[in-house]
Amino acid sequence: MEDMNPAWITGEAREYTLQFFDGTRRRVYVTDTETAYPHGKLIVSRTDTEGVITLGNQSFVDMSGYQESELVGQPHSILRHPDMPAAAFQNLWETIRSGRQWHGYVKNLRKDGGYYWVYATVVPNVRQSRIIGYTSVRREPSRQKVAAAEAMYRDMR
Amino acid sequence: MNINFTISPSFPTERISDWYIFNTWLQRALSISIHLELYNDFGSQRRAIAEGSVDLIYANPFDASLLVRERNFLAVAGPTGGDEMVVFTAAAKPYQNITDLQSGLRLSCTDDPSVNTVGRILLEPADLDASDIITLPTETYIQVTRAVLRDHADIGFMPVDAFSSLSNVVQRDLRVLMTSQLHVIHHSFLVGPALHERSEEIANLLSSLHESAKGSELLAGLGSERWRRIAHEDVELMIDIISTLTQ
Repeated sequence: MEDMNPAWITGEAREYTLQFFDGTRRRVYVTDTETAYPHGKLIVSRTDTEGVITLGNQSFVDMSGYQESELVGQPHSILRHPDMPAAAFQNLWETIRSGRQWHGYVKNLRKDGGYYWVYATVVPNVRQSRIIGYTSVRREPSRQKVAAAEAMYRDMR
Repeated sequence: MNINFTISPSFPTERISDWYIFNTWLQRALSISIHLELYNDFGSQRRAIAEGSVDLIYANPFDASLLVRERNFLAVAGPTGGDEMVVFTAAAKPYQNITDLQSGLRLSCTDDPSVNTVGRILLEPADLDASDIITLPTETYIQVTRAVLRDHADIGFMPVDAFSSLSNVVQRDLRVLMTSQLHVIHHSFLVGPALHERSEEIANLLSSLHESAKGSELLAGLGSERWRRIAHEDVELMIDIISTLTQ
């Protein structure tokens, strides 16, 4: 996956290098700017079985800060924020690959270096008894639950 | 062959005669006898489905899940827009936003599973779950409106269509706290095994209905401008999305 470009960033940013389970790395830039979740909406995206984005709805595109064409074909980890512990995603993948739903609070990274919090549920798309991909549905979280998740993730890192 | 047709009980009551007119048209178009049975509530409709007494249905999204995954129904068509709902309160109440709502909240709602599930999701930003809410079930959206206006309930859940059909005078005494904009959950026409052989024909009929003056008139009576064809995978994806909303 392509490193983030400092020219994309709005405001003062910190630099991190993310390391993914497949051994690949990505340099990212992070600011403290939060984008509020759009009230009343769902963010929906789909991936193939390897976690490569195949489609997303307009809210998914809008909140990410990318164009749709920049997202489709990329790993879903293009939205990975360095404040999220790797163990949370390991648990996510183990859960959905076994055919079960995963849900939890997630801090996502935007193209401009900002972030947004969601309550995410990921469901395997089972067709004729076979997993053909995954759908992630995000909704607006309560601030109390976000505060609790932030504290837990800080302890896990 | 006699076919049993039913529609989701969430439809506005003023459209009953339009559904009968639509049924007459459909019988002629397919040259079969179709009996339209309207159920007063979701419970009695579900019993009819369980007994195998439904062959054709304009289904609520939550019932579509059961019918497609467990009863071998096929989705053929649906409205172009999604099913959206509102969370509203009385204008005299102090609540301006969802996050102003507190535990102990009195909620008036019908038994519409789609509206109620989406409504509860819209309450999550206020950190309210089922244990924080006193649910006051009613049978109709008119009763939901009355409960809120008479301060028997703090908030009500209602489909956007039903809220829009309230008079301006009534709407002036209410305040919408949030309107869903999900766009991904919608009613669907589903055909059961007895009509599988004709599913393609029914899909073509319904998705081209807007192309004639008579068809446009029928659709307008049912509150739609046009119906679109629904591929089986479209409804499978909707079912996957619905399954996440109850978590």
